[in-house]
Amino acid sequence: MAGKSGRSIAITKPRSWKQTLFTWESILVIIFILVNIMNACISPKYLSVPGLFNATSSFLEKAFIVLPMACILIMGDIDISVGSTVALSAVFMAMSYNAGVPMGVAILICLLTGTVCGFINGMILARFTELPPMIVTLATQIIYRGIAEICLGDQASGGLTKVAWFSNLYWGSLGPVPYMFIVFVILAVLMGLLIHKTTFGRYLYAIGNNRVTAQYSGIAVQRIRCIVFTMTGTFCAITAIFLAARMGSTRSNIAVGYEMEAISMVVLGGISTAGGKGRFPGAIIAIFIIGFLRYGLGLINVSSQVMLVIIGGLLVLAVMLPKLNFKELLKNKKYI
Amino acid sequence: MKKRGISLFLCTAMVTALLAGCSSGNQNTQATAAAAAGNAASTAAAGNDGVYAMISKAAGNPYNERQAMGFQEVCEKLGVKYVIKHPESASAEAQITMVNELVAQGVNSMAVAGNDYDALQPALSAAERAGIKVCSFDSSVNPDSRMVFVNQAGNNEIGETLMDAILDISGGEGQWAILSATSQATNQNAWIEAMKKAMEDPKYARLELVEIAYGDDEYQKSVDQTQALLQNYPELKVICAPTTVGIMAAAKVLQDEGSACKLTGLGLPSEMADYIGTDKSCPYMYLWNPIDVGRLTAYVSVALVDGSITGAVGETFTAGDMGNYEIVAASDGGTEVIVGPPFKFDSANIDEWKSVY
Repeated sequence: MAGKSGRSIAITKPRSWKQTLFTWESILVIIFILVNIMNACISPKYLSVPGLFNATSSFLEKAFIVLPMACILIMGDIDISVGSTVALSAVFMAMSYNAGVPMGVAILICLLTGTVCGFINGMILARFTELPPMIVTLATQIIYRGIAEICLGDQASGGLTKVAWFSNLYWGSLGPVPYMFIVFVILAVLMGLLIHKTTFGRYLYAIGNNRVTAQYSGIAVQRIRCIVFTMTGTFCAITAIFLAARMGSTRSNIAVGYEMEAISMVVLGGISTAGGKGRFPGAIIAIFIIGFLRYGLGLINVSSQVMLVIIGGLLVLAVMLPKLNFKELLKNKKYI
Repeated sequence: MKKRGISLFLCTAMVTALLAGCSSGNQNTQATAAAAAGNAASTAAAGNDGVYAMISKAAGNPYNERQAMGFQEVCEKLGVKYVIKHPESASAEAQITMVNELVAQGVNSMAVAGNDYDALQPALSAAERAGIKVCSFDSSVNPDSRMVFVNQAGNNEIGETLMDAILDISGGEGQWAILSATSQATNQNAWIEAMKKAMEDPKYARLELVEIAYGDDEYQKSVDQTQALLQNYPELKVICAPTTVGIMAAAKVLQDEGSACKLTGLGLPSEMADYIGTDKSCPYMYLWNPIDVGRLTAYVSVALVDGSITGAVGETFTAGDMGNYEIVAASDGGTEVIVGPPFKFDSANIDEWKSVY
């Protein structure tokens, strides 16, 4: 499991958790295949190239948040302000466009807004290390959403469909492959390399396993946290761009609940909220499992409440499974 | 090692069972639905293999659910297959996902109660390109993304009806106020504008609109706003609340304080039953029947699919026992069908309606 540096920083025995994770990811692959078999049985149109890409487009714009969220959870942190960051970035983009700014510049404003939002989170957490990230990002979640609501109120800022190339970001495709899918694959590969093939990635695991030890080993823990939170903000802005391209207009109440969807995808992917455990590919498979499951259930018109229960159940299983140890259970009857 | 292997195997089995369970369960419901539709079709002897879809604003909205009931009723009567989807939250994103799912299913028509006026356009245009007939009901989407809008009542009609009620209740003169929802709500503002336009008529000259208060469709805020109105304008004769939350809050305040100020507006009979009557806080109020909105939406969908209408101004069609309807121009540049005039609820008919919706 050692990275390029040849060292293994994980405190658990490498062999045992490597094995567990290997099997965990294969379980995910099996679930993924099952979901696809189910979908194919439901809809005859599903197993076609356009059908599959149509299915991915219906959830992929949120998946951009999952990439940095994996890093945050590996560090043992959490960020629940991402949904609000998406809304605020999208609102600033649409407002600046409607104020006469060219679309390209508006996109830069969007990226900048997201990055600044993430940087504020990161700064607060890095400066005041005793503050719990859950509370800090809960506060900024409210603040960012509040600013978006002050700016737009109940109204929508629309007209983005007038810029054809902007709409095409979501609706356009290269052959059968949507542009968004290509962007996602590139970013996911880069993120995977960052987490598993660089020293930076090893630091993330080190911080997640034991922050104090990491600090004493000479890792600039707070700087790395600040960088990761800032990066999360940028990815939120990317989600905001695709979401706005999809709808052609924005309002302050978009992207509500995205934080929980992103966190559930990461957790289903086998990355522990306690930090230091799990591998990035698991999160990617989990994105597609939840996304395709929702799409399939939607195809047979399962009511959205039932859908939430099914996905919640899947999540409970996901967090329960790795903890399940029959030997312990049998030994200590008090657990039963 | 072995134990771990067994535990993993068991877990996989559990997940498989979960997935299998939900998929088979759904197939069952689908099968029964299809069977039911099949029976209906055979009894109606007017088989039509189209699928008619409806997307409401959000799950758990009683008003939307009544509309869905009406839609369902007509589809069952006509013996056609239908799909009714309620998004988990009142957001345009959730509706877009549902639109995509319906396109993938290849439905024939789609009726949407838009959560956003513009945001559904790209998705609905894609649906139209796929040959699906799109209409909106309850809350419209922009004219480019719909063929026709099923409007519960014309704005001007609502404005005039409410002004006449205020004139009648106030006795022809005096101060009155509006308790609205939010300052940005499209329908509220359209109705307030319509009321102001109606007020230009000289017969309302002795009525004085003193304030438009906003209760944000929150019960407590609406209560506070009502109390503030009573305090600031002791001579206030009538409060008009064209929102179901506001009217209920105001009715409670006026009744509890035994105020001489009376109330009218738009409210749900089931919520307002205790306050309606000549000796109570609200002599009478108005609303349209959401079940009729759903029924007409179903007839419009069927007519769009069989080609008898295309959504152009001047076309007429027959909506079963609801009679004939004509498509008219809407104020936003598109076209609409108006369900009918607002319906009056007073002490004579409230007991009959309070159990309906």
